[in-house]
Amino acid sequence: MRDNPVLRVVAKIIIPMILLFALYVQFHGDFGPGGGFQAGVIFAAGFILYGLVFGTEALRSAVPPGLLRWVISLGLILYTGVGIATMLMGSDYLAYGALAHDLIHGQHLGIFLVELGVGVTVSAVMVTIFLAFAGRNDP
Amino acid sequence: MSVAGLYNYWIVILLMMTGFYVVISSGNLVKKIIGLNLFQASVFILYISMGKVADGGAPILREGITHYSNPLPHVLILTAIVVGVATTALGLALVVRIREAYGSVEEDDIHRQDESL
Amino acid sequence: MLIESINIVLLGMLVVTAIAAIRLHDLFAVTMMFGIYSLLAAVVFVVLDAVDVAFTEAAVGVGISTVLMLATIGLVGRREQRPAHRPLLPLLVVVVTGVALVYGTLDMPFFGDPGAPVHQHVAPYYIGQSPEQTGIPNVVTSILASYRGYDTLGELAVIFTAGVGVLALLGLRRRKRPGKENRVS
Repeated sequence: MRDNPVLRVVAKIIIPMILLFALYVQFHGDFGPGGGFQAGVIFAAGFILYGLVFGTEALRSAVPPGLLRWVISLGLILYTGVGIATMLMGSDYLAYGALAHDLIHGQHLGIFLVELGVGVTVSAVMVTIFLAFAGRNDP
Repeated sequence: MSVAGLYNYWIVILLMMTGFYVVISSGNLVKKIIGLNLFQASVFILYISMGKVADGGAPILREGITHYSNPLPHVLILTAIVVGVATTALGLALVVRIREAYGSVEEDDIHRQDESL
Repeated sequence: MLIESINIVLLGMLVVTAIAAIRLHDLFAVTMMFGIYSLLAAVVFVVLDAVDVAFTEAAVGVGISTVLMLATIGLVGRREQRPAHRPLLPLLVVVVTGVALVYGTLDMPFFGDPGAPVHQHVAPYYIGQSPEQTGIPNVVTSILASYRGYDTLGELAVIFTAGVGVLALLGLRRRKRPGKENRVS
C-alpha cells in the first residue's frame, strides 16, 4: 500500500482529524457521548491507520516501542495514583470529593484524571498489540 | 406486544448459537476466535436491549427529557468491548505462536502431531 | 414504533451476516463478515440509545479487531480446512441449548418495558443524583469513572495485563533472522 498516492494523501489528511476527534471525545466526555475508553481506541485507530498505510517501520519511528512500554503502565499508575492521592488527603480510595475544596470540583478533577489514565493505557495497549502483530512478518 | 416483545432476545439467542456453533464445529483456531467474538457481540446486544426504555432518551441529562434508558448496562458493555478486544488479541497471539510451533492452526493437525511425539 | 421497526430490520440483517460467516470457509471473507456484523451491531446500539457503546463498537469492532484478525490471517494463512466429519453433533448441541435459552426468555420482561426489574434498582438513583453529586450531565461517564470507579480500575488492569501478555508472547522488537536454517517452519 506504500506506493499508492491516493491512499497516502487521503491518510495524511484524515489522520490528524482522527487524532483531534479522539482528543475531543476524551475531553468532552463529561458533557456529550465520550470518555477514556472511546477516545483511547479512536486515538489508537489513527496510529494504526498510519501504520497500515506507511508501513510498520514508519509507525515504529513515530512511536518508539521502548516509550510505548512505559506509556502502557503510565495510565494505570495515574488511575491508582488518583486513588492514593484521595486517601492521603483524608478520604476513601477514589472518593474524588477530597481533591478540591468542594465536592463538584473534586469530582470534575477526579473524573478528568481517571478518564485520562484510561485513555492513555487503552490507546497505548492497542498500538502495542498492532505493532506486535504487524511487526511479526516484517522482512 | 405479546410475543413481539421478546423478539430481541430470540434474535440474540440465534446469534449466540451461531457463534457457539462456529466455536464447537470449526477446527480452525482463527475461526474459533471469530466465533467467540460473534458470541460476545450477541451478549452485548442482549445487555443493551435490556437497558432500553420505550420512549426514553440516551442517558445524557438535558432539558425537556423525562425518561432515560438505563445507563448501567451501557457502562458494563462499554468496558467489556475494550476488554474483549484486548483478550481477543491475546488469543490471536497464542494462535500465532501455535502456528510457529506446529506449522498449522487446524485442531486435527495439532492433535496428530502431539500424538506422534 | 419507528424505532421498533428499524430495530427488527437491523437484527434481521445481523442474523444474515452471522449465518454467512458460518458458511464461508475463506477466513478473509469471514473476517469481512465479522466487520459488517460489528458495524450493524454499532447501529443497533445507536437505535437502542447506547451512544457511548456505539462509539466504542464502531472503533473497536470494525477497526481494531478486524485489523488484528487480518494481521493474524496474514501470519497463519487464509484457507480453512473443511472438517472431515459431519457437523451433526455440534448442530444438535446448539439446537438443544438454543431451545433451552428460548424457554428461559419466556419469563423475561418485554423489550422497552419501563417497569422491568433492571430499571428499578440503582439506575434511578444514578440518573437522579448524578447532577448534584458529580455535576456531570453524561450519566454513563459519571457511573464509569465515579460511582463504579473500582470496576473501571479492574477493567483497566485487565487491558493492561492483556497488553503485557501479547508483549510476552510476540514481543515488539524485530527478530534478528540469523539464517534460513534457524527459522521456525
